[in-house]
Amino acid sequence: MRMPDPDRSTIAAKPQIVADLAEIVPGEGVIADLDELRAYESDGLTAYKQPPLIAVLPETTAQVAAVLAYCKTKGIKVVPRGAGTSLSGGALPLADGILLGLGKFNRILEIDYDNRCAVVQPGVTNLGITHAVEGQGFYYAPDPSSQIACTIGGNVAENSGGVHCLKYGLTTNNLLGLEMVTIDGEILRIGGKQMDSPGYDLLGLMTGSEGLLGVVTEVTVRILKKPDTARAVLLGFPSAEMAGDCVAAIIAAGIIPGGMEMMDLLAIHAAEDFVQAGYPRDVEALLIVELDGPQVEVDHLTEAVSRIAQQKGAVSIQASRSEDERLRFWAGRKAAFPAVGRISPDYYCMDGTIPRKALPQVLSRMRELGEHYQLRVANVFHAGDGNLHPLILYDANEAGELERAEAFGADILKLCVEVGGVLTGEHGVGVEKRDLMGEMFNEADLNQQQRVKCAFDPQSLLNPGKMFPQLHRCAELGRMHIRGGKMPFPDLPRF
Amino acid sequence: MSEILRPQNDADIVEVVQQAAAEKVPLEVAGRGSKRALGRPLQTAGRVELSALSGITLYEPEELVLQALPGTPMAEIEQVLADNHQLMAFEPPDFGPLLGGAGGDGSIGGTLACNLAGPRRLKAGAARDHFLGVTAVSGRGEVFKAGGRVVKNVTGYDLMKLLTGSYGTLAVMTEVTIKVLPRPEKTYSLLLYELDTDQATRAMTRALSSSHEVSGAAHLPAQLAGTSKVSYVNQAGAPVTAIRLEGPGPSVQHRIQALSKELSDLGTHEALHSQNSLAFWSEVRDVLPLVAPTDRLIWRLSVPPAAAAEIVSRIMQTVDDCFYFLDWGGGLIWLSLPPADDGHAAAVRGALGNGDGHATLFRAPENIRAAVPVFQPQAAPLAALSQRLKQGFDPLGLLNPGRIYQDI
Repeated sequence: MRMPDPDRSTIAAKPQIVADLAEIVPGEGVIADLDELRAYESDGLTAYKQPPLIAVLPETTAQVAAVLAYCKTKGIKVVPRGAGTSLSGGALPLADGILLGLGKFNRILEIDYDNRCAVVQPGVTNLGITHAVEGQGFYYAPDPSSQIACTIGGNVAENSGGVHCLKYGLTTNNLLGLEMVTIDGEILRIGGKQMDSPGYDLLGLMTGSEGLLGVVTEVTVRILKKPDTARAVLLGFPSAEMAGDCVAAIIAAGIIPGGMEMMDLLAIHAAEDFVQAGYPRDVEALLIVELDGPQVEVDHLTEAVSRIAQQKGAVSIQASRSEDERLRFWAGRKAAFPAVGRISPDYYCMDGTIPRKALPQVLSRMRELGEHYQLRVANVFHAGDGNLHPLILYDANEAGELERAEAFGADILKLCVEVGGVLTGEHGVGVEKRDLMGEMFNEADLNQQQRVKCAFDPQSLLNPGKMFPQLHRCAELGRMHIRGGKMPFPDLPRF
Repeated sequence: MSEILRPQNDADIVEVVQQAAAEKVPLEVAGRGSKRALGRPLQTAGRVELSALSGITLYEPEELVLQALPGTPMAEIEQVLADNHQLMAFEPPDFGPLLGGAGGDGSIGGTLACNLAGPRRLKAGAARDHFLGVTAVSGRGEVFKAGGRVVKNVTGYDLMKLLTGSYGTLAVMTEVTIKVLPRPEKTYSLLLYELDTDQATRAMTRALSSSHEVSGAAHLPAQLAGTSKVSYVNQAGAPVTAIRLEGPGPSVQHRIQALSKELSDLGTHEALHSQNSLAFWSEVRDVLPLVAPTDRLIWRLSVPPAAAAEIVSRIMQTVDDCFYFLDWGGGLIWLSLPPADDGHAAAVRGALGNGDGHATLFRAPENIRAAVPVFQPQAAPLAALSQRLKQGFDPLGLLNPGRIYQDI
């Protein structure tokens, strides 16, 4: 993965930059020692490593603004970072860049139950928000698997999802407001406790912008009352195709479950060996369907889902009978990644989304690709929204296996696009999928996206090397080639 | 205003925009033109309507996606969805009657461009939350696409969000993909009578803070309740507060009983069932209680829901002869004020205080919309950023220039 060429003069000026930054962020907020910097050298995508030039850990919005304004003046690149759990290398540092860690922004500023929202700093963890409000029976809905560790600021940057997003939405559907700082050091307030804002939807644009447009310093999220109860149903099928049909039939019946997950044989066995969730071992595909709401609704829908599953050929149907059992059913799914980690020295997690009806085609092509690359793949799948997480098993100590795994992964993502899907459902483009963007977007599409970047950061100092395969100069992108002009306007052809 | 151009395909649109660029002649861009009276008035020589770019190009109910050309009538999409027991969950309003038109003539492109949202906003979001993918022609005369046709996608910037609520100032959409959802099996509404606005705001807050998945919460003072076609509402002779619950039959029945019990300290209750409930919420959605008299000014205030009563009372203290009702549990205030040259802008926007929220002059004669900022003015850094974004899409200011703010 090629990153932008490091700027030697910036690297040479490190002592001066450290001194300047220490003026802005006093105390222990500036880290320059290489051993300490190693803590930041990679994020959740551990295949890539690069210690930053300097790490800065500000504590106030004013400090963030001053750091960014300083970097802008000096032309220094900045990589923002929350907890560093990105699976796409979104927080991968640069050799000539500053890593801006938001970990010290860890306070919950306000909980406003009457307006059903919480105002928090970006370093608060996803689960931390729920913990802060659950005493009153509320929770924050998006629940990425990394929710114990990942921060809400990172969630905003990546537009994180989770197993419940089919029903409750992604991060973008659960935000009300932001405070952010631009690379100019300007502090912007977007949205608030009301449900919409006038002008362009910068809140929506910022969400999922992967740290390329600004640094989020405060987040206002919607909080929801917890459903009265929830029940999980395990449905085992002789084939993934039949399980896929069942998912389609459930949705066609007008049911949007709280969660609907699929696992294939390899994933089922890995999970079962690891946590003994009570999964059937003799099925090719397992669905976990969670229904939530008042008891009467959950009972009603459990019955409806079981009936549909039966019609669609399920060979085992098990509805959780207690909260303990429900949690055990989920424990297997939630432990699927580490479980796969036990059966293979390394694994590479993919994140494409496909139209669900293409599932049989995609699975069969994936089997062929597996044979071609001589690598196994375990499939975990947010079945409700078509978001695939194939886990490619490899051994980094075997020469060439990482490269084969990466090539396999790229082929899977190209396949997703080919059948009408997309490169990433929830993990982001980052560095990982950057060079695949051309599979989904043509040059005009990517240029238009970069013009958005130019409106925020014309020098491309914020998180460069992420998301876009090629960086164009903003002046070049802004040029407009006007052709025509032969006909005067009133003579335009009638349509 | 010279002529209306009705492009037949993407290539026509590219040509129109490129010609406009060559001539430096700005264009008014509309879907079917049903919301032309919304926003700042335009003074462009050319006008483009997308009514010929009409039709559903893909609909896969089991994938929850629908793709259509921008000029497709909302009525057509709603019908096809209804036939498949689905809907657009953001409950798009038809502002035709409120804006002086006949109604029933909105397009999907216009719905998205204006980021419409109905009473279900508080549970299901607005148009922005259901816009999955787009192809469009920028003000540079270039075709670009963004997003995709699947319900979960974070590949690249979310340009759909930028286009929703852009009022056609960034690009001309040529095809859109939206997320659709199953139609709730049942809809019931709990009516509470005789609550004043303050009590009603609190009652709605209590309902929305319950686990009953409230999908609508509105409050009509007595005078406006009298205009409803639903007898349980118009015969109340009192303010009516309505809480809507939707879902599978047994669930709705259970929840309405539970909610009724939880709010039993608030006096008499009535339950509206299917047809009556649907009829009532479409009146609220389309702001029908405030359509007449048509010479009055209509303001739309989006505020922190629990602050609604206080904001209304501040406005009532400064402006006489004021009608209003609340939707979104108080988060949306619809206000009808007598005609005035200044639109009562200072009184309305002043009532927001220093807190969050904003006010839009939603209906007013053209001269007033030209003189009074229709949309709440933005802080300077935000305004500057919006202008730079506009330049990134439409550097010559060709598309609906000045529709939102003077300079974008």
